[in-house]
Amino acid sequence: MTPHVVLRVVAKLLIPMIVVFGFFVHFHGEYSPGGGFQAGVVLGSAIILYALIYGMEAAQKAVPPWWTRIGMALGSMIFAGVGFVTLMLGGNYLDYDVLHPDLSHAAGQHIGIISVEIGVLMTVTSVIIAIFYAFGGRRPDISDEEW
Amino acid sequence: MVDLTQFLDYVLMAMLVAVGIAVIRLRSLFAVAMLTGVYSLLSAAWFVSLDAVDVAFTEAAVGAGISTVLMLAAMLLTARDCAPVRAGRHWAALAVTVVAGAALFYALGDMPAYGDVNSPANSYVGMDYVERTPEEINIPNVVTAVLASYRGFDTMGEVFVVFAAGVGVALLLGLGGGRSREEEL
Repeated sequence: MTPHVVLRVVAKLLIPMIVVFGFFVHFHGEYSPGGGFQAGVVLGSAIILYALIYGMEAAQKAVPPWWTRIGMALGSMIFAGVGFVTLMLGGNYLDYDVLHPDLSHAAGQHIGIISVEIGVLMTVTSVIIAIFYAFGGRRPDISDEEW
Repeated sequence: MVDLTQFLDYVLMAMLVAVGIAVIRLRSLFAVAMLTGVYSLLSAAWFVSLDAVDVAFTEAAVGAGISTVLMLAAMLLTARDCAPVRAGRHWAALAVTVVAGAALFYALGDMPAYGDVNSPANSYVGMDYVERTPEEINIPNVVTAVLASYRGFDTMGEVFVVFAAGVGVALLLGLGGGRSREEEL
């Protein structure tokens, strides 16, 4: 694995920044372009980069495949669950206004949007990583001649 | 006054056409996979010039990033080159392309001009969202307001589609986690 020292060092620098950028895109989605979908893909690509440079086994140790299985179901459930919470609080399905009494600042809308976006983020990140594991896991590693 | 962004659009579209022709003519799957990534990146640049920043972001992340990697990963499982296609299938493909292209050009007349204030996208409900978002949702990004609040149902459907894609791949290929569990047993 010594031939790829430059790649490994650069990846080690880049991956944390990609993850931070992913969370920035997610939590800044109300103010700038982006949101759960884009942030999920950015976070997923950080793990994929890790898998490409350090190998599939290291990546699956960092993010075990069963996390992705639970993550994609849990994310969808969070989104649908927010809808059921608003139903139980007396509103329509996914009507976030009932989540918080402060209507003048639309606080309920903010809570609802952040909650469903977290669901989106979890599902998209998990599915991206899961699909990559499914394809990449079918052969142990990219052999050195392929680089 | 000459609109410079218009020329930028033409340049980007010309590059898209060039990349598209290159994708058709190349026989190496690796080059084709990389060029589809280039195609997505050029599309993303074009979307930015059309002020569709959110779409551009998604295109750059999904089209240029993830799809290319997935294509390369899938390519490792198959042959690197493809065999030449029989001439008969070329003609069938040409017929389909010509008919579809002619239909698109026929429909072009009904498209509103770029930036037309009276176009369906800029009137009716679209304008409503832009006007009502500051007071009803109170966030600056109207795209997020429409996506997560006004059209929350649609977005939930999208999340379920993504989930279904993940489940579909898991059913077909497994999630790559089976081996370690066998080792534990």
